[in-house]
Amino acid sequence: MKVPVVERIMRANDVLADEVRQTLRENGIVALNIMGAPGSGKTSLIEQTIARLGETTVAVIEGDIATTLDADRLSKLGVQVVQINTGGSCHLDAGMVKMALAQMKLSTLDLLFIENVGNLVCPAEFDIGEYKKVLVSSVPEGHDKVQKYPLMFRLVDAVVLNKTDLMQHVDFDLGVFRSSLTDINSRAPLFEVSCKTADNLDSWVAWVRSQVTS
Amino acid sequence: MHEIAIARQILEIALKRAEQVGAKKILAVRAKIGEFTAVVPESLRFCFDAVTAGTIAEGATLDIEEIPLAAECAVCRKPFVPDKVRFSCPECGGREVEITSGRELDVESMEVE
Repeated sequence: MKVPVVERIMRANDVLADEVRQTLRENGIVALNIMGAPGSGKTSLIEQTIARLGETTVAVIEGDIATTLDADRLSKLGVQVVQINTGGSCHLDAGMVKMALAQMKLSTLDLLFIENVGNLVCPAEFDIGEYKKVLVSSVPEGHDKVQKYPLMFRLVDAVVLNKTDLMQHVDFDLGVFRSSLTDINSRAPLFEVSCKTADNLDSWVAWVRSQVTS
Repeated sequence: MHEIAIARQILEIALKRAEQVGAKKILAVRAKIGEFTAVVPESLRFCFDAVTAGTIAEGATLDIEEIPLAAECAVCRKPFVPDKVRFSCPECGGREVEITSGRELDVESMEVE
């Protein structure tokens, strides 16, 4: 017997993502889903951004397969950090974020960074209730990453190219990176920064601030 | 291997529907998977076999209809098939492009007894 079903596979996740979004909205919190390859500098970017945000009250949800290394780093900045250990899972889902939010004091928060598991594929299909998706790419990964991971680059609202201080040491063609990003996603602003030397972080921080006040 | 999470979702949807219609066995599940998604059909089939073991869907086939990527220019409304790495209108060169298909992740129907 044939039975019609017609249901979105991601529906269960999306329902939870909407609950997360609702909770965040009620508390006036802007959430940024920070994605990128392992070692691209997601945690460093969050650290550097928090240090420059001044009055904005920030918290972080740290997604990590097994460790608390990143959460420990961020705790030193005196912000609320909640660790999610995904236990092998390659991405965060909305249910995990919902559970993390339940452990947090939300009333005073303006901005929430959700650092996803380092991965350029899996997190793409999982709405976690964020306001905007940000992708951190880095110079040592190579200028071809935009073309090799088009879905991820297409779906994000902003791209940060980190480790620009290493540009002179590796074969990285910035022109190719920029033009392939425009080809795939002309809406996403590109911020070319170095978290190591703190170069050019201002325009990125201004973008983050504009999300909070918008 | 996020396909395992997606396979579990498919199974849950199928089991819920099977219960609604009083089915004893799920023989096949038909899904639409867009070309421009983070899902590899072969991996999904492999994961589906793994997650269905020990359920009434054990041994069920996962029939995947792959939906090709298609888009439309937001400026001149020209429909076109974008290269996966270039979303620009072949007619007016506009870069404001809406994806019209290829992002599907849907369960369509199933065969039960």
